[in-house]
Amino acid sequence: MRPKTTSLTLKLIALLLAVLALGGCRRQSAPTAEEGAAAIIQNKGSDTMVNLALAWAEQYQLFEPHVRVAVTGGGTGTGIAALINGTVDIANASRRIKAEELEEAQGNGIEPVEFVVARDAIAVIVHPSNPVDELTLQQISDIYSGKITNWQAVGGEDRPIVLLSRETNSGTHVYFLEEVLRLGQSDNKTLFSPDTLLLPSSEGIGVEVRQNPNAIGYDGLGYVTADMKTLAVSRGAGQPYYPPTAKTVNAGEYPIARDLYMYTAGEPQGQIKAYLEWILGPAAQQTVLELGFVPISDTGATP
Amino acid sequence: MTDKLEDKQKPSISWLEFFIERAIQASGISAIVLVVLIFLFLIQEGIPAFFEVPLSSLFAARWYPIEDYFGLLPLIMGSLIVTLGAAIVSLPLGLATAIFIAEIAPAWVRDILKPFVEVLAGIPSVVIGFIGMLVFAPMMRVALNIPTGLTAFTGILLLAWMALPTIVSVAEDVLDAVPVTYRDAGLALGMTRWQVIWRIVLPDGRSGVLMALMLGVGRTIGETMTVMMVTGNAARIPTGIGDLFMPVRTMTATIAAEMGEVAQGSAHYHVLFAVGLTLFVITFIVNIAAASVVFRQVKRAERMLS
Repeated sequence: MRPKTTSLTLKLIALLLAVLALGGCRRQSAPTAEEGAAAIIQNKGSDTMVNLALAWAEQYQLFEPHVRVAVTGGGTGTGIAALINGTVDIANASRRIKAEELEEAQGNGIEPVEFVVARDAIAVIVHPSNPVDELTLQQISDIYSGKITNWQAVGGEDRPIVLLSRETNSGTHVYFLEEVLRLGQSDNKTLFSPDTLLLPSSEGIGVEVRQNPNAIGYDGLGYVTADMKTLAVSRGAGQPYYPPTAKTVNAGEYPIARDLYMYTAGEPQGQIKAYLEWILGPAAQQTVLELGFVPISDTGATP
Repeated sequence: MTDKLEDKQKPSISWLEFFIERAIQASGISAIVLVVLIFLFLIQEGIPAFFEVPLSSLFAARWYPIEDYFGLLPLIMGSLIVTLGAAIVSLPLGLATAIFIAEIAPAWVRDILKPFVEVLAGIPSVVIGFIGMLVFAPMMRVALNIPTGLTAFTGILLLAWMALPTIVSVAEDVLDAVPVTYRDAGLALGMTRWQVIWRIVLPDGRSGVLMALMLGVGRTIGETMTVMMVTGNAARIPTGIGDLFMPVRTMTATIAAEMGEVAQGSAHYHVLFAVGLTLFVITFIVNIAAASVVFRQVKRAERMLS
């Protein structure tokens, strides 16, 4: 009995060592295989963009079978941190790189290059039965900061307003705070009302908006489904109201829209350059539209 | 047990037995070492928060970390209200179910009920949260005519539901362990069935029942996924009984929601560890309190027997 156990243990140890050795090999070879037969492009960042980035990666595979694009999410901050540390080739970002991130990258000898790859409109959503059709930015700001607490004040029924928001670690949350609650004014210190429900996912907001006639929420246009109502938004009283669509976003009419970025470490070369050029082309931009984002109108790379 | 027995076994102790003994010893000690290590880690990461953020800010009423508002009060209150509420709801229900299964139900009912209650304990919290979010919260909103169903009360009911199987299962085992002769003695003295349960079975199993309650409460205070999905996570301070029907934000949900993208070493990061430390200290105090009650009762029982 005993010798048998020993040999089994030995076999197990050998297997373990083999697995470890193989694991070590893969980790070493992955980042270096950028050119040649099977190039791998590491792509990481914004959760808002992760579905889009995945769709692009899959399509590009059909188009260029010898290039593999590995996509991971984790958030804009995570993606840019990975770019700074040199572990990814392309970082996805739903906001511009911050000044301190840029400094840190330059400290590491990396010069991030920015590409606008798509646009995202943030839709303000309510229950389909809500009679309110349109709001000004100022009204949305007052609602979310707790100054307006009843739908009656903005032309709706006599119902309390239930505020829904993404969690504070979401790029969408920060964007909404800066551009809507604070109306884009840097000296404006308005905060979300403490009564705001912070939901951990887009799905959580969707579930609540679909069934609760008191609720107001916001989310990327890509997450809006037919069974919720999107509101038309105007920049101020007396100005025209625009619904969030590809047309109004690209014309700069819908006020709550942002650019989505990809960052590379230095001017992109070889396969990475080809991939980015393909993304800015018509085929990939068609996918942008299908996923509910807004394609960039001109193929404008902004280095 | 006695010296004689040990002497007899000594020659047969092989290296294998020596090894097994050491392994068992090590695993016992590792539990203590792990708890101490976790505590030290929490202290190391959490204590800087008290130097980086002024105390007055930590005890303020506003939690909005991306703008450096680090008031812990709403989070602590949120966790307390949800945990206490769940305890108050689940204790009588759990105890009553345990008494029914152990003392009143006929054997065949008991054979069906016990395994079902135990299966209930195995439902993952994210599933309970999902049911709560999709079914329970909308129902509560309509039934109670409140602005939203994502409230402390919804969280309390779901957590109570999660604590119940633990309480029922452990308490039932304890009641079952009370010797039949005690019951027979009571009945022979002319006590009713209720008197036997209330005056003999429950007092005898008191420490075990308390342990069951503590295990149940322990599950609720650390529960994260369910509360994150159904309590709305609004960091507001509950002030009155009406706030039971308003959203709250618990400490666990805050850590889970925010730890993912916080910059390592920032004030926010340290404050989140301070929240974890607070949670650890609270559960530690609860456990010590429970253990001391149990311990005191054991000592009293020993005194009475001697």
